[in-house]
Amino acid sequence: MAHEHKLAIFRGTVKFKSNIQKIWGVLIFLTIITAIEVALGIYKPGWAMSPLMTPFEGGFMATLGNIFLSPIIYMKFLNLIFIVLTIVKAYYITWDFMHMRDETKALRRMVVWTGVFLICYLIFILLQEGGYIQGVYENGFVKRDF
Amino acid sequence: MSTAVAEGKTWNGGNEPLKASYGKMMMWFFIVSDALTFSAFLAAYGFSRFKFIDAWPIADEVFTHFPFLHGVNAPMYYVAFMTFVLIMSSVTMVLAVDAGHHLNKAKVTIYMFLTVLGGIVFVGSQAWEWNTFINGEYGAVQTKGGNILQFGEYVEQDGEQIFKRIAVEDFAIADAHKQRTAHESKNGVWFVGESALPAYNVSEVLKGLEAHENVLVRTHYIDEESGEKIILSRDHSLKAVKDNGKLYVKGANLQVNEYGAPLFADFFFFITGFHGFHVLSGVILNMIIFFNVVLGTYERRKSYEMVEKVGLYWHFVDLVWVFVFTFFYLV
Repeated sequence: MAHEHKLAIFRGTVKFKSNIQKIWGVLIFLTIITAIEVALGIYKPGWAMSPLMTPFEGGFMATLGNIFLSPIIYMKFLNLIFIVLTIVKAYYITWDFMHMRDETKALRRMVVWTGVFLICYLIFILLQEGGYIQGVYENGFVKRDF
Repeated sequence: MSTAVAEGKTWNGGNEPLKASYGKMMMWFFIVSDALTFSAFLAAYGFSRFKFIDAWPIADEVFTHFPFLHGVNAPMYYVAFMTFVLIMSSVTMVLAVDAGHHLNKAKVTIYMFLTVLGGIVFVGSQAWEWNTFINGEYGAVQTKGGNILQFGEYVEQDGEQIFKRIAVEDFAIADAHKQRTAHESKNGVWFVGESALPAYNVSEVLKGLEAHENVLVRTHYIDEESGEKIILSRDHSLKAVKDNGKLYVKGANLQVNEYGAPLFADFFFFITGFHGFHVLSGVILNMIIFFNVVLGTYERRKSYEMVEKVGLYWHFVDLVWVFVFTFFYLV
């Protein structure tokens, strides 16, 4: 049985000689990312504690822009870093540990696109609604927990 | 004619367009559906957090313990250790899969054993984490409206005024003539009992607060500018406990949470519990595969694909933890 492994990561810039070497390489990479996350989480550097942009003011287009750019308008830059690094980690776990890199394109897309699409939808609906309810508490006269 | 040939090839079965075996493909589909379950939980956590964005506990202040280091403020180090253990056991799992491809029984055995070990260490760590969270540290007073009042004082540290938390036990004055005792079922007419009473009642906490001039109340509301919890003045501290204090709480369970919103504790128990359950089932599956490897089942089959399938599940558990780590401890 032949088990072909693609041995290059980072879009081919880093190539490994064997599958085992690649596994250790990915481990080192994941460990570095986790260490960065923990260090940032403990020190909480001041430059990362506010969002990158202020919200657009104005009409409908401004609201739409705020929704599309919400990760950089409403989220602290630090949290954005955390989420991006998490997705990077998830990518390398799936691609190299779960051998997604060696699967056919069709299987890859079936799994990833379905998941990503549904999860994005879920997150959008729930976070939007949570933010709305928070607004009702803050600006309305509703004290009741609903 | 060529279409007929092609059709025969396409529709007569035996094709593998995805070039993956049935078992592996089904494992992938299971993983997709399970990923949706977990993302629904995490998104629900996000929903509740957005709903109470101004009063959510700060994870760094909740998970500050490290085993055998008492009184040391060590936020996140322990959970970082747990993450590393799980990633490490993922690595031994891939190494087992790789050894399986080379039909190297001895190596697969060792790596599967290490994977099981890593899983057990992780579940044990999680139990410890739960235990510290449930037992709590400082204690707090819950108000009639369900808010949490914590206690502390300003101390000078390196020329800066720093707010340092104080445990309620350290200042509350216990009433020696307390009348209220727990109602036990042996005294009840119809075997009615009640759960354990809190260690203090609010009037005892208030008495202690009045006696200690330095102690202030910290609310669970977050100041938007500094990102820190709002601290009340001395007068307001006394007033808050006197007017609104209802219950002394220590630690966290499904009803109360000394660190802030009870929903935080509910989601913590539910999501990390569900993940821990996945780890536990993963450990059991890995053990079954380990014994099969030892018995030589896959050696005779000339294929270690079962190791690969269970490996996919194990990596998925690791993948979920990466997200739980981010959304519970970092963000």
